[in-house]
Amino acid sequence: MRRLLILGGGTAGTMVANKLRAAHPASELSITVVDRDNEHHYQPGYLFLPFGTYDTGKITKPRRKYLPNDVDLVLGEIDRINVGDKTVALLDGRTLSWDTLIVATGVEPRPDLTPGADSEDVHHFYDLPGAVALREAIREFRGGRLVVHLTDLPIKCPVAPLEFIFLADGFFRERGSRHKVELVYVTPLDAAFTKPVASRELGSMFTDREIALEADFAVERVDTESKELVSYDDRRVPYDLLVSIPLNLGAEYVARSGLGDELNLVPCDKHTMQADAHSDIFMLGDGGTLPTSKAGSVAHFSVDIFMENWPHYLTGEPLPHSFDGHANCFIETGLGKGMLLDFNYGTEPYTGKFPLPVVGPMTLLGESRANHLAKLAFRWVYWEFLLKGRPLPFTTDMMLLGKRVEGDASGLTVTDWARRKLPVGTKN
Amino acid sequence: MPRTRIEGGRVIDVNDEGFLTEYEQWDEDLARTLAGYAGIDELTDEHWKVLHFLRGDFPERKETATLRRASVVGGFPMKELFRLFPGKPAKKMSYIAGLPKPKGCV
Repeated sequence: MRRLLILGGGTAGTMVANKLRAAHPASELSITVVDRDNEHHYQPGYLFLPFGTYDTGKITKPRRKYLPNDVDLVLGEIDRINVGDKTVALLDGRTLSWDTLIVATGVEPRPDLTPGADSEDVHHFYDLPGAVALREAIREFRGGRLVVHLTDLPIKCPVAPLEFIFLADGFFRERGSRHKVELVYVTPLDAAFTKPVASRELGSMFTDREIALEADFAVERVDTESKELVSYDDRRVPYDLLVSIPLNLGAEYVARSGLGDELNLVPCDKHTMQADAHSDIFMLGDGGTLPTSKAGSVAHFSVDIFMENWPHYLTGEPLPHSFDGHANCFIETGLGKGMLLDFNYGTEPYTGKFPLPVVGPMTLLGESRANHLAKLAFRWVYWEFLLKGRPLPFTTDMMLLGKRVEGDASGLTVTDWARRKLPVGTKN
Repeated sequence: MPRTRIEGGRVIDVNDEGFLTEYEQWDEDLARTLAGYAGIDELTDEHWKVLHFLRGDFPERKETATLRRASVVGGFPMKELFRLFPGKPAKKMSYIAGLPKPKGCV
């Protein structure tokens, strides 16, 4: 019997545990999931919590509830992965052996790595306590300069800082207090929208909403005395309320195991998610080095590819299926509207329509009410379908159907997609 | 993808913002020309060390090293990078090294 160990019972770890259990009975494959606690968070909910849209009960559930009964859940802090003898040591002294290891512990916000950013007056919404504290700060905010700051990439859900500032704009407009609030977005990139099609389509969103932009800003520290962000080239951005998205790092045990890069991310193949360090280790979710967004949609699509490769992996064959970096995400733009983005390693986010069965066409890269409602509905899809590994009305490979293709497109055409889905030798 | 002719008649492939799109077309002569366009008249040994680090890092990671990566892995202090490539180091470094600029997902 093969022993599979999954580190992390979040989005990727829970999905893959469910899919593998559906493929193999416990007599063929033992599955153990390790996590530090039994609380599964719906992380997209962190964005809405500061504005009072959700309460914490809607976004936290027991991890155990979303794992099959014959999957073991071990609660404990991981000390290190020992690649040599194929074990994982926990800090409490327990040792777990594995034949195959899936690392799905993702990344976490680390405000402690920017001087001043771990002060109580500096906020973020990248974990539950942070989002709750920010809700209180926004409730008490009586006007002034609200600065939303992105420390550096990569971060989880890279559009969330933009969504936050759009939601803040809508929030204060609805309350009739927008004239008392100055909104400033501070980014280390050279613009708010850095890709050509997005920049052309969305570039006016900042001026329309009267949001000021401070670009190319590499933060050195937060001066909490004078209430200013300070950059390496001595620029200063004053704030009354600061939302600073911290650096995101992989787990510390990754560094202790000698497997991580400078951000504790584990280098892996961008098409198969197999770790460079060992062919029996796979990186699912945010903790690897896939050059695409760290997002639940990427976790979902890459787990699908992992499952297609799994039987080949078991027989020691080369892995034939290749992840294309497909990501899609709903973006909140405030006042009950949203946008949908869809892209992969080789393509820009396109305009056009996303042909989603049942729900109907979604507007790509443009604002609509339907996109906003779809994002809210996704919380239900997440708990009821995604985690449990039930099929969703999305495809894993990115399709160009319904999209206005331009620029350096190299995504799959519908025919390519159909061809890849058919057995070798089939004529189409 | 646009092609452009630079000083001396050489033809290179660039994107709409002038960033080189073909990794293999880069050489040190081209770097000197691009540095001039970016307002850096002379590339010193210190510049070259940074540029060679970025060039060496890219094929493996498929993404241009961030300032943080250049600082932590390459060992170039952040303040140094700002001194060598004033104003917008991340953008200037990638432009001169013939690599894509750091970007987000939109």
